[in-house]
Amino acid sequence: MEEASQGRRTEERLRQLLIRGLAGDAHAYRAFLQDLSGHLRAFLRKRLARLPNEVEDLVQESLLAIHNQRHTYDPGQPLTSWVHAIAKYKLVDLLRRRARGDLLTDPLDDADDLASSADSEAAEARRDLGKLLARLPDRHRLPIVYTKLEGLSVADAARRAGMSESAVKVGVHRGLKVLAGMVRSEAMDED
Amino acid sequence: MKTDDLVTMLATGTGPVQPNQVLRRYSVAVGLGALGAAALMLVLIGPRPDLAAAFLLPMFWVKIVFVACLAAVSLLVALRLSRPGMRLSWLPGALAAPVVAMWVLAAFVLIRAEPALRAQLFFGDTWNSCPFLIATLSAPAFVAVFWAMRGLAPTRLRLSGAASGLLSGAVGTLMYSVHCPEMDAPFIGFWYLLGMLIPTVVGALLGPRLLRW
Repeated sequence: MEEASQGRRTEERLRQLLIRGLAGDAHAYRAFLQDLSGHLRAFLRKRLARLPNEVEDLVQESLLAIHNQRHTYDPGQPLTSWVHAIAKYKLVDLLRRRARGDLLTDPLDDADDLASSADSEAAEARRDLGKLLARLPDRHRLPIVYTKLEGLSVADAARRAGMSESAVKVGVHRGLKVLAGMVRSEAMDED
Repeated sequence: MKTDDLVTMLATGTGPVQPNQVLRRYSVAVGLGALGAAALMLVLIGPRPDLAAAFLLPMFWVKIVFVACLAAVSLLVALRLSRPGMRLSWLPGALAAPVVAMWVLAAFVLIRAEPALRAQLFFGDTWNSCPFLIATLSAPAFVAVFWAMRGLAPTRLRLSGAASGLLSGAVGTLMYSVHCPEMDAPFIGFWYLLGMLIPTVVGALLGPRLLRW
């Protein structure tokens, strides 16, 4: 009973943070992702009990996916189902890549909520997104490095990279999608 | 890169997200697909010569409503499948309803017809070109709808591919109806449906490959 109402509170708090984030509030968006990574970690750790080394990579892959697909969130929709559908999609994708269905230790469709568990203890990710980022072509890499790692404004980043402002924006957007694609194909190469 | 650093990176410099992008992408895709199908229809086969007279026949409108219902419901299905965690709930039933209604009408027409005329009601004059032409007219919408869905987040890829195919099939069929002289329910309930199922099956086959993200 108490767990359920706590779940609703967490859901509502995270939902408000995301909605403010989607409206352009970067602080709220950061708090949303920060909180969410703990929930994702708990969610995935439970389902990857036999592959503990994969958990942190999958948390990162899911965060990147949630960011890249954030325009598909409908504010009228429960946040939990949206987040879990994305995490499950990435989880199934991973398991399929490994082509080892027997690693599924837990039924995927049990409906626990975001608050049932949170795990803020981040293990080391095995895959280094920073290294993948360095392999992006300049038109994607420079906008991401300048605006998202060094925190420059779009105008300053455009000046420094010698690109137009819209090219910087497109570069960030496309670059993060390419990065997600690299994560996928790299994970495939491992096996 | 640590997860906290990734969170910081993703949140830094992130501007507002345009609302209603899902709906907007599909509006563009269906609009372009319909234009493409209309252009193909005009260039390849042309509208039926007695189009003005056909506008006055109830069966012409029954046919249009049948196809439009399938287009509308498959659009709703595609919209939901493009968003993670959305349920289809009553939509599969709504998709079946116009088909069942057309089949009931077809059965009624066949039962009441003279036995010797039944084959004509089913095969019409154009059964051997109809499904193929419908699939051809669906091609522009097929490309456009797959483009729309690729920019979103379908998690059930085969089903999403099939829904995209059905939507484009229905858009193509709507334009084909302007050309097609057939107006008997048995014909429409079978050959039109077969035509729409061609892009549906192609979509189901291509979905897992083209829609991954």
